[in-house]
Amino acid sequence: MLGRTLREVSVALKQGQITPTELCQRCLSLIKKTKFLNAYITVSEEVALKQAEESEKRYKKGHSLGDLDGIPIAVKDNFSTSGIETTCASNMLKGYVPPYNATVVQKLLDQGALLMGKTNLDEFAMGSGSTDGIFGPVKNPWSYSKQYREKRKQNSHSENEDSNWLITGGSSGGSAAAVSAFTCFANCESSNLILWLKRTWALGSDTGGSTRNPAAHCGVVGLKPSYGLVSRHGLIPLVNSMDVPGILTRCVDDAATVLGVLAGHDPKDSTTIQDPVKPFTLPSLTDVSKLCIGIPKEYLTPELSSEVQSLWSKAANLFESEGAKVTEVSLPHTSYSIVCYHVLCTSEVASNMARFDGLEYGHRCDSDVSTEAMYAATRREGFNDVVRGRILSGNFFLLKENYENYFVKAQKVRRLIANDFVNVFNSGVDVLLTPTTLSEAVPYTEFIKEDNRTRSAQDDIFTQAVNMAGLPAVSVPVALSSQGLPIGLQFIGRAFCDQQLLIVAKWFEKQVQFPVIQLQELMDDCSSVFENEKLASVSLK
Amino acid sequence: MWARAVHLGLRAAARGRRGFTSKADPQGSGRVTGELIQHLERLSLVDFGSQEAVARLEKAIAFADRLRAVNTDGVEPMESVLEDRCLYLRSDNVVEGSCAEELLQNSHRVVEEYFVAPPGNISWSKLDEKQPFSHR
Repeated sequence: MLGRTLREVSVALKQGQITPTELCQRCLSLIKKTKFLNAYITVSEEVALKQAEESEKRYKKGHSLGDLDGIPIAVKDNFSTSGIETTCASNMLKGYVPPYNATVVQKLLDQGALLMGKTNLDEFAMGSGSTDGIFGPVKNPWSYSKQYREKRKQNSHSENEDSNWLITGGSSGGSAAAVSAFTCFANCESSNLILWLKRTWALGSDTGGSTRNPAAHCGVVGLKPSYGLVSRHGLIPLVNSMDVPGILTRCVDDAATVLGVLAGHDPKDSTTIQDPVKPFTLPSLTDVSKLCIGIPKEYLTPELSSEVQSLWSKAANLFESEGAKVTEVSLPHTSYSIVCYHVLCTSEVASNMARFDGLEYGHRCDSDVSTEAMYAATRREGFNDVVRGRILSGNFFLLKENYENYFVKAQKVRRLIANDFVNVFNSGVDVLLTPTTLSEAVPYTEFIKEDNRTRSAQDDIFTQAVNMAGLPAVSVPVALSSQGLPIGLQFIGRAFCDQQLLIVAKWFEKQVQFPVIQLQELMDDCSSVFENEKLASVSLK
Repeated sequence: MWARAVHLGLRAAARGRRGFTSKADPQGSGRVTGELIQHLERLSLVDFGSQEAVARLEKAIAFADRLRAVNTDGVEPMESVLEDRCLYLRSDNVVEGSCAEELLQNSHRVVEEYFVAPPGNISWSKLDEKQPFSHR
């Protein structure tokens, strides 16, 4: 098979088989075709084409910047991008154009990546469905997949096909949808153009599972690096002690390539560690017999769907059958992690959202009677119910009379949760294997029956303890459910052992061979590309 | 629904074998008085806007109350997962800046190089004779 990874595609570029400009134009036209997914808030067409031009010049001279040169990427709209509107899907920042790039964005641009646009999310990354932003919800591309539609025809009486579309999960839903939709080309292997489109990937953020949750629902790889490995400078903060930029890609190898570019100390983010970080390749693991996989028993909850549970079991058995040691472990404080997260998150949010007062940037109301009245009206107009609710809850927990009993108490429980993980890893476990989500993606009409906080409490259950402990974790798509929808499983590694974690994930990915999404609209596009292709031999599966 | 989440939480707490029972009150603790509402609105500079929002706060408090069931005697609060490392601040040297014009562009009200704010010596609560839950 030609060019499976970013590296190999970059070889094709160097050989002039495809040009960055052609790729960019193709990508832009595909983004237009998939507009109904509502994955993008801003499409930065001019910027991308200009970058493509420069990338092409570099390739012609033989001076490519690296593996990401000329690769189209999407960035979640809570990363500051110089000259490109950054809204966080909120009225508060509508029209706000940052004067600087987030460090991770700058690193990508320095490597020559093509910034295609800013993706949709829940307002200020608060939510687990990508449904609560001002630009509307993001639709899961799998709602339109052949795999899902065929199952629905079998199961249900005919209904309006579009009315029951599925959520992407959140809050990095736009990024996940963007990557997922473009992965549909894997069948058209012999076309280099298509190979390139497969290599698009996206930047998300992860505070409680915001990268891994939509990755699982959209059938892509979602990596949350260790806290302190990747700079948060320019990422509009939600919870400073837990936020991490997340990486969404088609395969684990690409996630490793990107992490190698993004990781490293940033003088502008004092919470990044100083240890030197080098880009790494992932060796292929052939022998898992020295590996010890931990299965946390508390993660077997009654709400876990039987399909996910069964896949989780199968995965554990797979490791065991290949010689790995698979052992049940205990994380005793698991049942309190959601509550703890709730208190810490709302408290930090209350503090972080205080910067939005309408004076220096962002929305400003018309009233000019007094500073406080202006602030209050601006914030009432700028924030949605979810954000306001969290600010108010957070300020409650931070009141003098409540501080010890809620905030400090939650910080103590956080230590207990982090220690649970430390104890498990100290007992010889290399990597933990858990579900990522309770079930496959649900229809939007179903999802909105509960409010944002309830949903987040339910959906973040497997993912947020990892953020509290600052550990690296990756969601890998495993298989399709009986409804034809993706289900992912999560691997959790030791702090700063991201490479080891990805090595295990890569081995697993190879074993499960997750199927490619079949999106009819884009597949038709693929055939039209063939007519234009100059390649002599073309094979379609 | 919320009651179901609490019920599951109670079962989870029991599974945790902590020896304490959670006294979470699904109906809300009734601790959110009118005075507290005003106080929080003043501190947050964000208003509740509706009775539903107050009810949501009560549920949030009841949810958080479940932490009482955890024994944290002798446990130090954890502020950062990187607490066992040295984290460095930048040295205090000016290496960039002089971008006043760029920064001023993002503001709605600017006069020369100043951000313009309304009078600051008027307290919000005295001024605001509004009804408790005003709508946008």
